[in-house]
Amino acid sequence: MSIIRTLLICVLTLSSVMALSAETISQQVIATSAEPKKATDSFQSSVNKFPSASYVEKQQLIDIIRASKNERALELFNGILSGDIFYVKKTNEVVYRAPTEDRKFLVTSFSNGKEVGLFKKRKLKKIGINNSLRGNLKNAIAELQLFSEILEDRELAALSILKTASSDHQTLINSALKFEQSNGEDEYIIEVLTTSKSLIDLKSEDPVVRLQAIKYLDKSLYVETRNGLSGFIDHALINFDDYNQAEITLAKTTLDDINQLMKINAVIENIYFGVALGAVLLLAAIGLAITFGVMGVINMAHGEMIMLGAYTTFVIQQLMPNHIGLSLVVAVPAAFLVSGTVGVLVERSVIRHLYGRPLETLLATFGVSLILQQAVRSIFGPLNQDVVTPDWMAGTFTVNAGLELTFNRLYIIIFSLMVLVGLALVLKKTLFGLQMRAVTMNRPMASSMGIKTGWVDALTFGLGSGIAGIAGVALSQLTNVGPNLGQAYIIDSFMVVVFGGVGNLWGTLVGAMSLGIANKIMEPMAGAVLAKIIVLVAIILFIQKRPRGLFALKGRAVEG
Amino acid sequence: MKNNQTINESNKLKLGPMATLLVGDKGGQRLVMALVAIAIIFPFCNLMFPEDSIFHVSTYALTLTGKYLCYALLALSVDLIWGYCGIMSLGHGAFFALGGYAMGMYLMRQIGERGVYGNPDLPDFMVFLSWENLPWYWFGFDQFWFAMVMVLLIPGTLAFVFGWLAFRSRVTGVYFSIITQALTYALMLAFFRNDMGFGGNNGLTDFKDILGYDLQSAETRSVLFFASAMALIFGYLISRFITKSKLGRVLVSIRDAEMRTRFLGYKVEYYKLFIFIVSAMLAGIAGALYVPQVGIINPGEFTPINSIEIIIWVAIGGRGTLFGAVIGAIAVNYAKTYFTGAFAELWLFMLGGLFVLSTLYLPKGIVGAVKSIKEGNGKISRLYFFLKEKIASIKGGA
Repeated sequence: MSIIRTLLICVLTLSSVMALSAETISQQVIATSAEPKKATDSFQSSVNKFPSASYVEKQQLIDIIRASKNERALELFNGILSGDIFYVKKTNEVVYRAPTEDRKFLVTSFSNGKEVGLFKKRKLKKIGINNSLRGNLKNAIAELQLFSEILEDRELAALSILKTASSDHQTLINSALKFEQSNGEDEYIIEVLTTSKSLIDLKSEDPVVRLQAIKYLDKSLYVETRNGLSGFIDHALINFDDYNQAEITLAKTTLDDINQLMKINAVIENIYFGVALGAVLLLAAIGLAITFGVMGVINMAHGEMIMLGAYTTFVIQQLMPNHIGLSLVVAVPAAFLVSGTVGVLVERSVIRHLYGRPLETLLATFGVSLILQQAVRSIFGPLNQDVVTPDWMAGTFTVNAGLELTFNRLYIIIFSLMVLVGLALVLKKTLFGLQMRAVTMNRPMASSMGIKTGWVDALTFGLGSGIAGIAGVALSQLTNVGPNLGQAYIIDSFMVVVFGGVGNLWGTLVGAMSLGIANKIMEPMAGAVLAKIIVLVAIILFIQKRPRGLFALKGRAVEG
Repeated sequence: MKNNQTINESNKLKLGPMATLLVGDKGGQRLVMALVAIAIIFPFCNLMFPEDSIFHVSTYALTLTGKYLCYALLALSVDLIWGYCGIMSLGHGAFFALGGYAMGMYLMRQIGERGVYGNPDLPDFMVFLSWENLPWYWFGFDQFWFAMVMVLLIPGTLAFVFGWLAFRSRVTGVYFSIITQALTYALMLAFFRNDMGFGGNNGLTDFKDILGYDLQSAETRSVLFFASAMALIFGYLISRFITKSKLGRVLVSIRDAEMRTRFLGYKVEYYKLFIFIVSAMLAGIAGALYVPQVGIINPGEFTPINSIEIIIWVAIGGRGTLFGAVIGAIAVNYAKTYFTGAFAELWLFMLGGLFVLSTLYLPKGIVGAVKSIKEGNGKISRLYFFLKEKIASIKGGA
């Protein structure tokens, strides 16, 4: 019995051991033969071949990797294209590098992301490519992206296909269209792809296909469409026999239609730019409208108040480098406070003594502007400072294929209107606004009613300067932030106030917008500088007709 | 007072027509005498004494002083219109630069074949821009007399057109200042353009000679210096002549009460226009003398800041005194040369401080301050005597 039992146990254990080992063996077999594993290997081995490959071989490697459809293929291609991928000269290992402080580079392996070590610059070499490889890489990237899971990637890829559309892409586009129709149903991508397809079809031998392509291209506003159509017409006119009259006329009318639409687009774009410039001018001038219009003070240091606001933005960004988007929001009240405080100080120390002597005020405030400029130059240095634009300000918004408007301009327009409305509310609805208007209209009477006119003056000047500071925050997103920032805007701001009329926020709004739009509409015809000169001369002439501006104050307050 | 006048009457015949202008103008007399002395002594010391002599005036110092004299003439022209007519023009930098450009164009044409490209007709920058012909507005500038006429005519015409438009529609005060500033700014932008045919960004430079004399030689420099001093004296006498005349008194009345003058029946705009044109021409002459001494004219001269700086020279010297403007221009520019060399960082602080302090505490400038100390009234003189007493008591105590 016992013998049988021991035998049985032996058999059982043996068999279980056998079974176990068989299992592991079969697992290994499956693993090696499994498809993904093999693809990874071929991908990895192709990657490893890159450093030593010639250009021709690299081309083959790209094709292999492209066919492998490996998930990291896109990363690799992009990396090679932008020159971010290196290899270690000694080991031929493909790596990423990151600079360290002691002029060496921390190198991490491309394949597994492990750190390889610290290397000197000359121990590493970029994976070199030539122009034809670059084109191939771009195509490969487009192809990989066209079938990507991510919508934005597919959009970008479709657009890049559109740019380089040639007959090589035909099958790719067709399969991408199928993929899209079955998968995402994204109309935009389908439109872009169909446009590319039609552009390729224009070169087809078959007149029916060509005619259909032209019909599809009607009202398509892509630059490529126009180029393609005009190329088609030129080609058709030379090789007249191969084409029939109908398609040429159709192509011509289509092209004319498109050009017409593009003209409208250009006008819309110019007006948009003009309104944006007007918004900037409005922001810059609105503070001046208060100090000049309401108080009759010529503040030549107004531009420097703008500059202080821009520098405040810079400082706030330095203080909170990890919250760039938030820093801009914080900068608005901060800039208001900084510039406003400086404004109140200037009013109390200088301008207070010069009321009723506008020309002297002009000189004194000019002196203040020089001091502020030099102060900023001494503290921050003469160079322009780098103010970062937050992500939500960047980007464009597409109206149609031929018209893209940038977001930052849109924000500036909205922002300046908000400031205008806010200021109008302060003037009309608050006690301070009431006192301010009272002092403007009749100083002795206001004073006898118990208003401290001196402090109202100081606060009014502070308000005007503070708004200049806010303008500085907005301008820091558009232009260079340097000590001379303010000077560029001071003359324009004066022009806006003088043109719009003194002491009237509506006048400032209309003045700023008309100057901005006039400038931008003339720019394409006359060039930027000449447009500016024309606008200046026009204002000088306009002042002759209406010396007090568009919306002039009437009555006794005028002569003063 | 009456006694004085009789003395003046008896002096008149002996003095001659020019000198009568200086009667009763002590500051002016001293200024003219000083200028005559400088005009003779400086070139003499420059040419006659060897370089190691203590009496030697270096050509650099001579040119620098000549530059100051041009600035002084410019300040004089601003004082004439601001001090006596109350018009604060921020466009005089432009008139100065236009006069300078007219002179520069003549000097440019004198280069002839000696330019880098060796083209006898076209200045270098035109060859560089591959222009075929000389633009029409350059014709005539190879003649010295024509250029000199233009030095007066171009600023004068601009002042006429601009002033006629502005004064007729009663653009006054700050508005006038701002639109003249806009004019200057527009001209600056225009002259920066290459298409304008004035050398664009680089302006006109590399001058060789004037009327056949080498511009680099000490003799030519001395003559230019002498001419600047003479022009300043001439400008001073003309300004004095205008301000002493009946017309000058009308101008002052316009400054003090424009409406009242108008109601008294004077055509205010014609008076203003006249003085504006004269002033612009004086500024043009200053520019024309400035360019050959400095050797370059570029659109930077049009910068609006320059025009404001001129105003501050006048304000610091003493507005409405003529010789005060000359003193102010020379004093501020000397300080500028010194401080930009010694403490470059500080200069803008100082200039800014000057603007603020002079408007607050020296409303009548240096001349006014000296006068009030002499007469013993006003804040400045109280401060002066207070300090004097303090110093005396400290000395006495010690």
